Amino acid sequence: MSGTNILELVTVFVLAVFVGFEVISKVPSILHTPLMSGTNAIHGVILVGAMTILGTAHGTTQIVLGFLAVVLATLNVVGGFVVTDRMLEMFKGRQGPPSDKGPKDDTRVGEP
Amino acid sequence: MSLVTGIKVVDLVAAVCFILALAGLSNPKSARMGNLVGASGMLVALGITFATPGLSRFGLMIGAMAIGVAIGAPAARLVKMTAMPQMVAAFNGVGGGAAALVSLVEFLKVPPSTFATYQIVEVLLGVTIGCVSFAGSAISFAKLQELMSGRPVTYPGQQFFNGLIGAGIVGLVIAACVTPHTSLIVIVAILALAFGVVFVLPIGGADVPVLISLLNSFTGLAVAASGFVLNSVLLVVAGTLVGASGTLLTRMMSKAMGRSLPNILFSAFGAVITASQSTESTGGRSVRAGSAEDIAILLAYSRKVIIVPGYGLAVAQAQHVAKELADLLEARGVEVFFAIHPVAGRMPGHMNVLMAEANVPYEELKEMDLANGEFATADVALVVGANDVVNPAARNAPDSPIYGMPILNVDEAKNIVFLKRSMRPGFAGIDNELLFNPKTTLLFGDAKDSLTKLVAEVKAL
Repeated sequence: MSGTNILELVTVFVLAVFVGFEVISKVPSILHTPLMSGTNAIHGVILVGAMTILGTAHGTTQIVLGFLAVVLATLNVVGGFVVTDRMLEMFKGRQGPPSDKGPKDDTRVGEP
Repeated sequence: MSLVTGIKVVDLVAAVCFILALAGLSNPKSARMGNLVGASGMLVALGITFATPGLSRFGLMIGAMAIGVAIGAPAARLVKMTAMPQMVAAFNGVGGGAAALVSLVEFLKVPPSTFATYQIVEVLLGVTIGCVSFAGSAISFAKLQELMSGRPVTYPGQQFFNGLIGAGIVGLVIAACVTPHTSLIVIVAILALAFGVVFVLPIGGADVPVLISLLNSFTGLAVAASGFVLNSVLLVVAGTLVGASGTLLTRMMSKAMGRSLPNILFSAFGAVITASQSTESTGGRSVRAGSAEDIAILLAYSRKVIIVPGYGLAVAQAQHVAKELADLLEARGVEVFFAIHPVAGRMPGHMNVLMAEANVPYEELKEMDLANGEFATADVALVVGANDVVNPAARNAPDSPIYGMPILNVDEAKNIVFLKRSMRPGFAGIDNELLFNPKTTLLFGDAKDSLTKLVAEVKAL
């Protein structure tokens, strides 16, 4: 845990904020739920951190906590991506070219 | 290229994959591919972690991952689309918990005296935000899953009590910066868990979409903080992307509700009104109830019908019948589409997912701004199980709790048809003037039964 590159990390952080705002503002509201579960899956990357702390743990407490962190983070990753994929699979456009509905019937009235 | 450089390159690739995954969501066509790209990025990042120098206990790691997969995969596969908000809350909560644990354990590894102050701050941020997100998500899950009441939980002195816990956390954080001690960090963690609980308790079910979005951004920030603690660029990038996304979405949601974020979080919305107005009285005014046959004729001989689905439709599992009715009408030459309010459902964009599940093409799902231009030329607005999102009180009753909320302007349509279970007000507990409008016809009953009847009547025409 050396603090040599704190400024680099802050730089990355600030840039990521801008990239995040930029990318997310283009997401249409129709996809807001997949967006939430998709970003949810992405923060599952904490699994990398969880593996790191478990892999370098000393003593029972750290091992138990590290193990728990890996379980929780794996849940996050797997659940997040699977659920997002299931949802996005359902979003389909019209099948084939739009069907020809023919001329509108003149007997149709607005207020029958 | 050394191994460490290689890992950094792979991390960069993964970070780009995550950004591409989010960029893919700008269009339903590219969204699924984007998600797969994100998942690949994750796999690559996890794979290279096994090669990190100095790591051991791979057996234990794989065992823990197996447990996570064994629980997570079936849960994610089997969850119903209506239960998606609580699932997202649950996965969000475990992520927050993991982030808090990562920061905490990393702190335990080194003697506290060797930390610089900013490193202590990083640890405390990771632990605090992660714990708040974990506990808050757990309570949101319980509310959405109806393990506890979805109504706001309030008690005298609540704000003061919550403020006290918040101030306690801030005080301890400052103390821990001066004299870093493990016990202080553990107390902060416990207080943060408590704060997550008391923070979510007064937030009512109708405001949960905003809340989940906010908690999502909290977990993102907790992950970013862990990234600072571990000096991991990948964690900082991914966590920050999520934090930014959640913040933006939270802002959009509170705008869609016409209320400020503090108002949503602290006003225990719905608690007071429910007490005074949840009776089924119509205040002596009369409403016009129609038969399924009349309404079927009205729909079938219209030029343009706009269907407004609300959460009642989802609860009744009526998406598929709604789609069937839309198809029948389209086959008769009626122009049909669905108008979706941004906060319809229990999380941002939820109703779109439910309609997509019923195979409604996304071209027929119109956002509020687009749909509102269409009501004036629509012959019928068919409101199925929605209430607050079409309530004109939001426009013209300054004393109404939902005043200022952008709504779907169904009152501009020539005819309005409500499919409602009863005269009971919606989730926010507010009466809807539109029900008494002379243009309005009501069909009482379960949304699915009513739609099924309409389908049968339209077929019989």
